Amino acid sequence: MELAYTEQHKAFREEIRSWLAANVPAEPLKTFDTEEGFQQHREWEAKLNEGRWGMVTWPSELGGRDADLLQWLIFEDEYYKAKAPLRVNQNGIFLLGPTLMEYGTEEQKADILPKMANGTEVWAQGWSEPNAGSDMAAVRAKAELTEDGEHYIINGQKTWSTRAVWADQCFGMFRTDPDSERHRGLTFILVPLDLEGITVNPIPQLDGLPGFAEIFFDNVKVPVNRRLGGEGEGWKVAMATAGFERGLMLRSPARFQETAKRLVELYQANREHADRDPAVRDAVIKAYLEAESYCLSTYQTACRLIKGGKIGAESSTNKIFWSELDRNMHATAMAILGARAELEPHAPDAQGVGTWLDGWLFAQSGPIYAGTNEVQRNIIAERMLGMPR
Amino acid sequence: MDFTFSEDQLLFQDSVRDFLVNEITTDAIRASWETDTGRSDDLWGQLTELGLTGMTVPEEFGGLGMNEVDFVLLAQECGYVALPEPLVHNVLVAVPLINALSDELKAEWLPKIAEGSAKVAVGLTENFLVEDAHVANLLLLQNGDEIHAVDPANVKLTYNQSVDLSRKLFSVEWTPSAETCVASGSEGAALIEGAMNRGALASAAQALGLTQRMIDISVQYTSERFQFGKAIGSFQAVKHHMSNIAVKWEYAKAPVYRAAYAIAHGQTNASLNVSHAKLAACEAADLAAKNCIQVHGAMGYTWEVNLHIFMKKAWALNNTWGDNAFHKNRVAEVIFADDAKIGAGNTFIA
Repeated sequence: MELAYTEQHKAFREEIRSWLAANVPAEPLKTFDTEEGFQQHREWEAKLNEGRWGMVTWPSELGGRDADLLQWLIFEDEYYKAKAPLRVNQNGIFLLGPTLMEYGTEEQKADILPKMANGTEVWAQGWSEPNAGSDMAAVRAKAELTEDGEHYIINGQKTWSTRAVWADQCFGMFRTDPDSERHRGLTFILVPLDLEGITVNPIPQLDGLPGFAEIFFDNVKVPVNRRLGGEGEGWKVAMATAGFERGLMLRSPARFQETAKRLVELYQANREHADRDPAVRDAVIKAYLEAESYCLSTYQTACRLIKGGKIGAESSTNKIFWSELDRNMHATAMAILGARAELEPHAPDAQGVGTWLDGWLFAQSGPIYAGTNEVQRNIIAERMLGMPR
Repeated sequence: MDFTFSEDQLLFQDSVRDFLVNEITTDAIRASWETDTGRSDDLWGQLTELGLTGMTVPEEFGGLGMNEVDFVLLAQECGYVALPEPLVHNVLVAVPLINALSDELKAEWLPKIAEGSAKVAVGLTENFLVEDAHVANLLLLQNGDEIHAVDPANVKLTYNQSVDLSRKLFSVEWTPSAETCVASGSEGAALIEGAMNRGALASAAQALGLTQRMIDISVQYTSERFQFGKAIGSFQAVKHHMSNIAVKWEYAKAPVYRAAYAIAHGQTNASLNVSHAKLAACEAADLAAKNCIQVHGAMGYTWEVNLHIFMKKAWALNNTWGDNAFHKNRVAEVIFADDAKIGAGNTFIA
């Protein structure tokens, strides 16, 4: 055990810190759930890519830095500290990218990854359907191979497709064997969203902005070379996409540690008011500690992976931990803000509310998306603890 | 950066676990409650043979010269079996304290501890009672900023029964004197803080093991107990009770190991790290106690079912070596300071 950064790590931290200091926009970008904000974030992705900071864990020939997981965590530390823009292409770079590297053909990788890395192609995900939410194996949207074997014809509907309103591409699972059930007979297909027969209907989220959409497929013709992995192997490919390392990339500890830090500052600035309820101080202390726990545990896992270890079923605890932490931190912030908590930041009397309300709304989604926390609890009980099905 | 244990450390953990699970059965623990001292010289001899009593004794005094990181997984295993013997206390609290005192004390006591012929009990005012004072050959007692090395023959012990019959707690009547004083002033205060940290780490590591044991017992019970024609462990309401423990447990481990490392390397944030570890591990154990008795139904409320052996120790550890208020306040002092270094990138500052 050696809990200290190497000189190489420290140099890496300095390098990203100074690049971000010189390049992060002084004015925060508009949210990427608006058309203008989406375009701003796309440009930011291009800028990151120019500096080879788009995806540091990617191989250098794809514009990455061959960084290991520890360097990734350091990158994230500095990224969140610098308040750099959120990643509009997270579905692509964090989820699909690593999956493509594992299952994609050379041709697919060469075609897709560079455009993903520089923000030319932003990706939406197409997992859920109206009747396949937590129960993802209930997917019904069909993809039929044409007689010449050159194309799939896709029919059906996906929903809750994050970023789909302005995205260029979408990945998802489709049923290629009409007689199959559950996990069998599914195929992972990459679908350009400008194809004929596709209709994207924006769905306003809790904040009123169209962060996700439903996608209708009406005889959409997709070349067969857009299939990722083998026909009928969709579930396996999807599981890789949903795997822990991807989860680690999506929710690195820096994000929560910075929120905990802001919460401590908010509490300090409003202490007299906040201390009227002793539970608030307790919750602030707990927020700090749990964000630290999340960081320590993530480092432990990253170090084990670097040494060739494997992720076990215990990784299912990850999503419950960070999503509940995030919700609790924002609930505590709302409690500290008191009567001002409900005010939108632009309201005339909303001094000092910051972005907590926005975070509070977003925190509601954490325990729900990517497999509800109830589903995660079943997985933990059955696969980690060995309880009966 | 390498947040993993070595092959050797993991192998040692395996062999100690095998020994403890075979020897420290729940029957053996119940039998120990019926004996005069609740302690077994025979068992202490076996622990000595495994090298455990001398783990942290320097090699020049006949020990293995290992540190808190080497022992933390073993302390966890001691918790898993609810070991009644004061092994964790001696290895993690008493030996490092003696090792920071005079050469005479080291030369007199460390070899005896390593060879299993002496036990030492450390009594801090924060705890107010002293664990295992009745079998100690030396008492190291706090008096303000002073530490006194006291001969048990010169004190009056009064037994205080704990809900956990394996815990042997004593009030100690004694008179501090210049002859018994072995550390004072800022040196004494630093040693007392160090002993407190090690005691809290010992509790936290055992709480991890206790949590694991309560999970194991309850998973087995709910897999075998049938109602409504099904194993009750197949019901989601029961599963979720258990999963909630697993989440707390999983995220308490790294803070405990980090605290062991901070102590072993004398890091300035050690007190903060220890308080974090103690709060996280005891929270997991506390939830385990609450949810595990619940999934046992009426059986959980009986003397017969073994769950209470572990549950009661978890309750006790939760409030000793610093209760929640003590540790939360130590965290608060750090994070609410004007120059607090918190947020991303500060977790591993030494």
